[in-house]
Amino acid sequence: MDEGTELSLTISQIVQRLKGSHLHSQIERQAKECLHQPEIKLESLKEDVRNFLKTSGWERKLQNAVYRELHIQLPPSHPAAPPEHLKEPLAYMRKAQASWEKRILKSLNSMCTELGVPLARMRPAVEQKELTNKWNEMGTDEPDLSRFRPVYAPKDFLEVLIGLRNPNYDCSDEISSRSHWGLIQVPLNVRDIPQMREAYSELSLTTGQLGIDDNTHIHPDLFESEYVQIGKKVVLEQDTAAAQQYSRQGCPTGLRADLWALILNSTNQPQDVMHYEQLKAGVIQHDLLVDNLIYKDVKLTASNDDYYFVFEDYLYQVLLCFSRDTAVLEHFSYNSATPPKSYIQGKVGVEECAVVYPPNGVIPFHGFSMYVAPLCFLYNEPSKLYTVFREMYIRYFFRLHSISSSPSGIVSLCLQFERLLQTHLPQLFYHLRQIEAQPLRIAFKWMVRAFSGYLSTDQLLLLWDRILGYNSLEIVAVLAAAVFAFRAENLMEVTSLAAAEAVLADLSTLKVMPLIQIFLFATAI
Amino acid sequence: MAGKVKWVTDIEKSVLINNFEKRGWIQVTDTEDWNFYWMSIQTIRNVFSVDTGYRLSDDQMVNHFPNHYELTRKDLMIKNIKRYRKELEKEGSPLAEKDENGKYIYLDFVPVTFMLPADYNLFVEEFRKSPSSTWIMKPCGKAQGKGIFLINKLSQIKKWSRDSRTSTFVAASSGKEAYVISLYIDNPLLIGGKKFDLRLYVLVTTYRPLKCYMYKLGFCRFCTVKYTPSTSELDNMFVHLTNVAIQKHGDDYNHVHGGKWTVSNLRLYLESTRGKEVTSRLFDQIHWIMVQSLKAVAPVMNNDKHCFECYGYDIIIDDKLKPWLIEVNASPSLTSSTANDRILKYNLINDTLNIVIPNGDIPDCRWNRSPPREALGNYQVLYDEEQALSENAERDLRSRSGQSLGSKGTKGGAGPRPTAATWK
Repeated sequence: MDEGTELSLTISQIVQRLKGSHLHSQIERQAKECLHQPEIKLESLKEDVRNFLKTSGWERKLQNAVYRELHIQLPPSHPAAPPEHLKEPLAYMRKAQASWEKRILKSLNSMCTELGVPLARMRPAVEQKELTNKWNEMGTDEPDLSRFRPVYAPKDFLEVLIGLRNPNYDCSDEISSRSHWGLIQVPLNVRDIPQMREAYSELSLTTGQLGIDDNTHIHPDLFESEYVQIGKKVVLEQDTAAAQQYSRQGCPTGLRADLWALILNSTNQPQDVMHYEQLKAGVIQHDLLVDNLIYKDVKLTASNDDYYFVFEDYLYQVLLCFSRDTAVLEHFSYNSATPPKSYIQGKVGVEECAVVYPPNGVIPFHGFSMYVAPLCFLYNEPSKLYTVFREMYIRYFFRLHSISSSPSGIVSLCLQFERLLQTHLPQLFYHLRQIEAQPLRIAFKWMVRAFSGYLSTDQLLLLWDRILGYNSLEIVAVLAAAVFAFRAENLMEVTSLAAAEAVLADLSTLKVMPLIQIFLFATAI
Repeated sequence: MAGKVKWVTDIEKSVLINNFEKRGWIQVTDTEDWNFYWMSIQTIRNVFSVDTGYRLSDDQMVNHFPNHYELTRKDLMIKNIKRYRKELEKEGSPLAEKDENGKYIYLDFVPVTFMLPADYNLFVEEFRKSPSSTWIMKPCGKAQGKGIFLINKLSQIKKWSRDSRTSTFVAASSGKEAYVISLYIDNPLLIGGKKFDLRLYVLVTTYRPLKCYMYKLGFCRFCTVKYTPSTSELDNMFVHLTNVAIQKHGDDYNHVHGGKWTVSNLRLYLESTRGKEVTSRLFDQIHWIMVQSLKAVAPVMNNDKHCFECYGYDIIIDDKLKPWLIEVNASPSLTSSTANDRILKYNLINDTLNIVIPNGDIPDCRWNRSPPREALGNYQVLYDEEQALSENAERDLRSRSGQSLGSKGTKGGAGPRPTAATWK
């Protein structure tokens, strides 16, 4: 397929998707209304309306919307490709994901039966009223959750990834310097350092960098002051593409909330607020089994976290609404996962009686709430917080717990991490492998959460700046490898997995950008 | 220097003892010769009392000023601040400027407060101006939230005064059970829907000239129960008081974080949600409050050369990001509620000792009180009167010779003049 055909295919797809959107009707109304203005002439109607939309900022909004579509959903490589290829082109990955889903759902259903709790039930009026009253303080509630357990934890998921095999690939070779020493045994294409140096050129040693060049010992005039000024301009211009480019060198704390919302095109319009209120009403009306899982997860993670305990109530307000948001289902067209289905009581197996459960199709696992927690530092309005989180989820976070071949997918990140270690720290890798402390066993939990809950919040936000800036989670794997490199000396001395874990137990003092920069640009290759 | 520091303490806290032992100092009893005594405020009273007191020699240091209560007793602090404001006003100082409502523009940093029973009539007059407001009653000489209650009706205070006339007001003549009543900050800044106050540490090495240091690692103390300003909750003390001593009795108390959030978290949150400028202004104002409160008591403080003091400042921020000084503690708690708390307090004592006992040598109370910057640790100079005077003189000289001053960059928080911008 030549470039021209591909482009026109992409364009027609985006036009298709934007048609009927709220933005579409808004622009249409604006175009109609501007006809009454004196500067719109009949003889140059098309031109004048276009000009009007440009100067009034609607063209920019359209650009941002197009930009979002391009980021979220890449068009299929071939027009004849079936939709499942958009989800995941490799059959063995699709199969692995499907059987993993079956396992989760089975575990959820058996918990349901075991505890005699329905998947969903209507709340009696009294209970609805009670919940409405304590919406802002759900954390003070102490329901008995001892019988509930997380459906799965990252380490269960890791075992599945370790077991992944490509049936067309023989990896039974004797171990040698050329074979892969790690746990991930599927052949995927991941980038090496020279390729990454090209892709991440904005992180190079000679480029100014927030997280490095804003250190208190460096005079702000050298980099920071001017960089912040540029940031203010980017926010003022409301240009998604510019914001994303800017974020590669880091977002200033005072501008981050605006810049991220701009990059994600989460504008918090009145309809977003309304949507959130509807979801809230849904939470109040119905009690779901997954609510208990969310409750339990927040209590086990964020509530005990030095940084995030303050936001416990916000986490419920976001996550309970999220579980009921059917708009999330759209992302399954490009997610290798498929939303789980349940059947109305007594109709098991009857396809017409199948419903997606939970309504958003996402079963939370242990640590899920940590995807939301850092965002609470940026947005103190629940509806805004919600909108940004949902967008982050359907762009990035879903890839961290579904099996796919995507370069941002967890499988690629694991492989990337192991390759980087094997190539650049072979002695360390070999040593850890010998003492049965496979590096991935330690790093996996960091990567599944994109480091949330492991780094100090300021550092975590600097890392996520780059995820947004490069529209990729690859940097997470780079950081994981860089952490090992940074602690290599201590790790060479340990003789057990427990000892290695102890060396890497506290990451809260790490400065991420120097680590990444040194690893990518000052490692001998 | 020859010899090891001989230390005594009547506060058996590991964060103290570990610090002394780390320096190789020798523990003695208070009847032996000692060089360094970390004592409670009960003991300091005896050390400096007319009857039992004794002369300290040049190689002895203690951790309180003799009449620290001028700052750390709620009623006296208020009295001193009120006096300080009046004096500045009399001098015609620009600091005492008032707005159109008669409120001090720069010196309105404590909630309206009255002494009870002494100022009862003044209080009633003020209460009637805004009858819907809530007031908080605190005994003057107690700490950790003891004896505190809220009122929002005049009848409540009348009842209290009737009930206490027989018991407490008798003691009031001896100054022990006097109360202060302050306007309750009913629009506190909420984070995650929760109310909090700030605990910050300030070290004073001398009052005249004033030299004080601010500890960078303070923390926010969160209420574990949601804040609702409704009056039905007035009786639920957990909602209103953030003292850990009180919060620990709440069911939700978490032993991992203890409801404590670092000041760096607060700064990150405020900068992210409200912007850098207003956040910097808030922290500048907090520094300003501390310096002004110390200046207010400096003239009456017995500036004994054997003394230094590390104060715990309690500050509440309202939803307009204005900080309010609630009270100052002479003996900030050295009990550690969590692992992080322990590290913080250990470092606080460590950094304090590094400043007041240079090099860990036997103290000489005539020391110059100008520690080198590398000895400051997590402290930063809050105010140095000597340096400020010489800088002012220099500035006068320069402006007379016609040189321009030029801005020195805007990076707040670092370097020796973190707050210069606010009190020029």
